[in-house]
Amino acid sequence: MSEARGFLASHFDDVAQQHEASSLGMWAFLVTEIMLFGGMFLGYAVYRGNFSEAFSAASDRLDIVLGTVNTAVLIASSLTVAMAVHAASRGRQRALLFFLVLTLLLGMIFLGIKFTEYYHKYEEGLIPGARFRYEGSDPGRAAIFFSFYFAMTGVHALHMIIGLGVFLALAWAARKDRYSAAYYTPVELAGLYWHFVDVIWIFLFPLFYLLGRHS
Amino acid sequence: MNTEQTEFFPERREHYLNVAYGVKSWLLTTDHKRIALLYLGSITLMFFIGGAAAVLFRLELMTPQGDLVISETYNKLFSLHGVIMVFFFLIPSIPATLGNFLVPMMIGARDLAFPRLNLASWYVFVIGALLTLAAILAGGIDTGWTFYTPYSSVYSNTYVVITIVGIFIAGFSSIMTALNFIVTIHTMRAPGLTWFRLPLFIWAHYATSLIIMLGTPVVAIALTLVILERVFQLGIFNPQLGGDPILFQHLFWFYSHPAVYIMILPSMGVISEVITCFSRKRIFSYSFVAFSSIAIAVLGFLVWGHHMFVSGQSVYAGMIFSFLSMLVAIPSAVKVFNWTATLYRGSIAYDTPLLYGLGFIGLFTIGGLTGIFLASLGLDVHVHDTYFVVAHFHYIMVGGALMGYLGGLHYWWPKITGRLYPEGWAKLAALTIFLGFNLTFFPQFLLGYLGMPRRYHVYPDEFQVLNVMSSAGASILGIGYMIPMIYLIWSMRYGKPASHNPWRSTGLEWQTPSPPPTHNFHQTPVVRDEVYAYHKQISPEGKQV
Amino acid sequence: MISVKTYVLVFFVLIGLTLATTAIAFVDLGGVLNVVVALTIAVAKASLVAVFFMHLLHSSRLTWLFAGAGVFWLGILLILTISDYLSRGWVSGFEMTLR
Repeated sequence: MSEARGFLASHFDDVAQQHEASSLGMWAFLVTEIMLFGGMFLGYAVYRGNFSEAFSAASDRLDIVLGTVNTAVLIASSLTVAMAVHAASRGRQRALLFFLVLTLLLGMIFLGIKFTEYYHKYEEGLIPGARFRYEGSDPGRAAIFFSFYFAMTGVHALHMIIGLGVFLALAWAARKDRYSAAYYTPVELAGLYWHFVDVIWIFLFPLFYLLGRHS
Repeated sequence: MNTEQTEFFPERREHYLNVAYGVKSWLLTTDHKRIALLYLGSITLMFFIGGAAAVLFRLELMTPQGDLVISETYNKLFSLHGVIMVFFFLIPSIPATLGNFLVPMMIGARDLAFPRLNLASWYVFVIGALLTLAAILAGGIDTGWTFYTPYSSVYSNTYVVITIVGIFIAGFSSIMTALNFIVTIHTMRAPGLTWFRLPLFIWAHYATSLIIMLGTPVVAIALTLVILERVFQLGIFNPQLGGDPILFQHLFWFYSHPAVYIMILPSMGVISEVITCFSRKRIFSYSFVAFSSIAIAVLGFLVWGHHMFVSGQSVYAGMIFSFLSMLVAIPSAVKVFNWTATLYRGSIAYDTPLLYGLGFIGLFTIGGLTGIFLASLGLDVHVHDTYFVVAHFHYIMVGGALMGYLGGLHYWWPKITGRLYPEGWAKLAALTIFLGFNLTFFPQFLLGYLGMPRRYHVYPDEFQVLNVMSSAGASILGIGYMIPMIYLIWSMRYGKPASHNPWRSTGLEWQTPSPPPTHNFHQTPVVRDEVYAYHKQISPEGKQV
Repeated sequence: MISVKTYVLVFFVLIGLTLATTAIAFVDLGGVLNVVVALTIAVAKASLVAVFFMHLLHSSRLTWLFAGAGVFWLGILLILTISDYLSRGWVSGFEMTLR
């Protein structure tokens, strides 16, 4: 454990206490994120309940293939993150770096697909605001659907960008062998954050993309 | 708890204030005690800015006509006052100052779990405050601190977006502090310090931190959606596009009701410490007081709809929220009863901290009882948006929270600065504040009941006498707040040096010198006793008390 | 701790559930049931991520408490607010209905 002691901050009694505090701190932060997204899920639920037909019709305008692919990409990135943490816990430096880079790539693929979707919506005039044009029967309610779509996937994408920044920093540090089996807490904590971002998408995907396909 | 009285010479002993000098040693500190003082300076500044707005609109309200300011300016003044006092003074006040200073010391730790996060939280707070102040200087907002839509999201022509961004950023600061407290209390207690040996101040801060973590993100997203609506013309809260303004109110009050418990719980924690010390008794029924803090935190999340009785919310939901609001009064009442029972047959010393404590108990009780009036759906329909509501919450926030804050500041001042404040002036200030407060806000109960609405710069002539009384009280209150500013700053240089435990209090923070060394304790303390073991103290004459 | 095999297995189950939820979306189960099924699958996926990828399986009870509290509080927000909208009109009075 002597390598780990180099990372022990002076206000902690031992490595175990420091690790427990770090882990609890990240989980506590994720709880605040549940409530942050939760507020938007509430707004979505209220309008979905009251404007179900309009929402179903608007949902058809989203690209279900791209959405499904993106879901698979993000789940794959969760796997690579789990593998990265696993490698770190075994002290396997090259595997750790490999999986961190893979996660970065998958994350960027997700964002690439997402922004392609946004661009398509822009071309079709489906971004709410002055230039919104919607040919269905309830343009106002459709605009609310798209408002939530952009707000929620946008905040989600922002979280992903921040996450990718963190992984970039971790990959840089991993290149310098900063992490070892005795100390890999930053990798672990970043992993928890990334999985949470995945969980949010797991709920966003059906709510926005899969609503009205059966009618 | 028995301790040896060792005399230290403050000038020669190293402690957290003299261990390093210079601006960098303050701006780059990770010492929770210095960060507490950084916060103390910032929030005191915000308090006087918010107070200045109040001076202006109380001046306007001395006459029924709008003769000092036009209505738009008046709207900006009360909005400024609300935003600053709620988000930039009350919410951070005790946790960021006394909490930051004392939480590690009370549990026998050397610092909080995340010291750098702590420093970052102060910078985040300052950035948020500066942004909001910039918005105010540019022209402010006129939406009230409640930002109701669609006025805030569509129609208002004031600096809504910048103000909201400032508040949003300050919310992050709040969450960072709360996260630090929760993790610290869970993982860094000294050996032998079980949950039921913790000072009630810690229980109060733990409960407060729970509320902050669970509620703040919801108001963050509510305000973010307002920004998106303003900037991108979305229709989320705009009825003309099918949106629902009440959805905003649900999201806003889901936080803002528990926020009032964020503002009062730490103060209640202070009162528990002060009451026990100055009656030299253990708290009556420790576990009930501890659990009541948690109960307030939990129940406080179930009552937000009582702010929306007349908004268009379903009457059925109104009835449920009304009932739940009655329930949330119970744990608060438990505290008041237990403090009173603690005082009973205690050996009372009327030092300034206790004066504030007694003031708190009386004024909080009035505020709390009038809260029950408001929780009653039928009665609320008549007094909603009147001065009755204004009086109610000021009794709690000023008569309660602020008095607790001042009491705590005085109680721990010797520990923080190593100096005693002048007791005579302090008593005078406490009395002035108490009298000024009641003259300001009691007439407002009457005004509200008689029908004077809030947030208006003009009013019918028959309300003038009560308004003049209120404004006169406000000027006395203002003077009352100035006095401690002066003597507390004076005492930092010229006050009598304090020993490590001038109040002969129990509690780990009193077992270390005043001011404390940077790492708080030379050796990690071991706890073997209940926290308020006054009955086991030996008096200075050597007798068992 | 959790083996690589478990991680890979969970991954394939998650992909499978994703394909399933997309496919079921095209089948008309009668309005509400579609939503219920989609959300149930989502909850199952989220749980797999939390328990295995986020190591909740091996975490302390305190961590479970934190995670559970977050979900519970989200529940309070959703349930109490939605019950306002659902109960509009139950007691005759001055209420708003969404246009």
